[in-house]
Amino acid sequence: MKKTNFFHRLFLSLACIIGLSWPGSPSAWAEPLVADLSDHLIEITTSFSGAEVLLFGATEGEGDIVVTVRGPAQDLIVRQKEPIAGIWTNRNNMHFRDVPAYYAAASNRPVDEIVPLEMRVRNEIGAENLRLRVSQKASKEETNLFREALIRGKQAQKLYGVETGEVAFMSNSLFQTRLFFPATVPVGIYTVKVLLVREKRVVSVQTTPLIVQKTGLEATIFNFAHTHAAQYGIVAIFLALVAGWLAGVFFRRI
Amino acid sequence: MQIYLPIAEISVDVFLLLGLGGLVGFLSGLFGVGGGFLMAPFLIFIGIPPAVAVATEANQIVAASVSGALAHWRRLNVDLKMGAVLIVGGLFGSTVGVWLFSYLRSLGQIDLVIALAYVIFLGVIGSLILTESVRSIFRRRRHTSPRRKLHQHLWVHGLPFKMRFHRSKLYISALLPLGAGIFVGILAAIMGVGGGFILIPLMIYLIGMPTTVVIGTSLFQIIFVTANVTFLQALHNQTVDILLALLLMIGGVIGAQLGTRFGGKLQSDELRGLLALLVLLVCARMFWGLVATPADVFSLSLVMP
Repeated sequence: MKKTNFFHRLFLSLACIIGLSWPGSPSAWAEPLVADLSDHLIEITTSFSGAEVLLFGATEGEGDIVVTVRGPAQDLIVRQKEPIAGIWTNRNNMHFRDVPAYYAAASNRPVDEIVPLEMRVRNEIGAENLRLRVSQKASKEETNLFREALIRGKQAQKLYGVETGEVAFMSNSLFQTRLFFPATVPVGIYTVKVLLVREKRVVSVQTTPLIVQKTGLEATIFNFAHTHAAQYGIVAIFLALVAGWLAGVFFRRI
Repeated sequence: MQIYLPIAEISVDVFLLLGLGGLVGFLSGLFGVGGGFLMAPFLIFIGIPPAVAVATEANQIVAASVSGALAHWRRLNVDLKMGAVLIVGGLFGSTVGVWLFSYLRSLGQIDLVIALAYVIFLGVIGSLILTESVRSIFRRRRHTSPRRKLHQHLWVHGLPFKMRFHRSKLYISALLPLGAGIFVGILAAIMGVGGGFILIPLMIYLIGMPTTVVIGTSLFQIIFVTANVTFLQALHNQTVDILLALLLMIGGVIGAQLGTRFGGKLQSDELRGLLALLVLLVCARMFWGLVATPADVFSLSLVMP
């Protein structure tokens, strides 16, 4: 795994700098932008406590790089608490559809210097510019209040980046950035989008998928719980009965 | 050492979970309570989603009550017939409870209901045990014990469907244990507890069972009720985390044995006084969570597809 990545990376760098080409894609070197990830698969195992993925690439000529990472879409309800008789109770709520479960952005210098606001909105650069669909009618102020709360909540869970990450240029054309995924990262297909910007215009876009999935024991337990819910429940009870019985027998002896 | 929990979907320190299981097990062994009322709030506090905490706790209590019930079974301290009636009520009540849990969760009010249930029941039970144990301590010091009536006649003894319970030496209406079973079953499902701390006072004061068979019979009933909750939560909500439950069981079993041994060295009324203080402490913590201004008045919850 590590080895192929190294060669992949080496090859990419060579392809871009010297102009060598892969037999299968002869025109790769002519692209204004080439980028790839050190890993296309994040495996959630029993010892998983977050992951870091390296994004690297090369550009043809000058330009700024903006990277966005979007997690799978999910539906969320944002609830607002109000004190009722002194007790904080959920009152108002707003239902958001197709919210990215994870979102992060990175660039080589402050994003507002690279692209104007309208383009940040169009390309959904920065969490505040995400298009979040609300499934009910509400006033603009109210929607904004709940939108901000959603982003704040996601940031508190470390699923949305608070600040724009840093893309580092190692030479005129070679760049890299590190993408962080916390232990709570939701499973699904992620989209990593790399934009090459020249004079406030997006010149080239490249999207790469990244898959986050549970494997091994984690996947076995999770899938069992979801596909055979009744059997899972019976196994859980059986394990508890055996554990309790064993404990009773064992501690009676000593 | 971090471990990723497959259903809770968070990464937690293994030793924290073993320690937590051990601590709660120790306290439950010391005081002779299930410990669910301590464990569920602890789990929520360390970041386990409340729905997973409550469902997984039910699974762990199955194990804890099996080993406890076995010990009482050997000493013939289980009233099977009474247990059976309580179980019928408990199965019905916990089924209603799990349904209510899912419904309240969809309304976004489950956290509030869980917290309110804790504040009310822990507050009432804690104060009752505290006053009773303080009185008992004073009485012991004065070396006088007022004579208690052997039998009192209350309105509950006029209910129909009378049944004879030999081991408890009772001839009472089956509706009493049935109702108690239903009530405790509902609470067990919503609060993620076995319900012993509510069932035991009901058995003593409402049903009038002799104290010798109370704990064994309540543990016997709790096995079935929590097994039912585990099954229904796994079936409807997929919120039972086997890995989390196993880790808590390991710590809990060892802690409970140490607690039982340590508990033998203390006076029972002093023990009950300590238990009351602990219960009131958890109650106060829960109450504070309800009235304190939250850090963010907004919260997110995932809509299940």
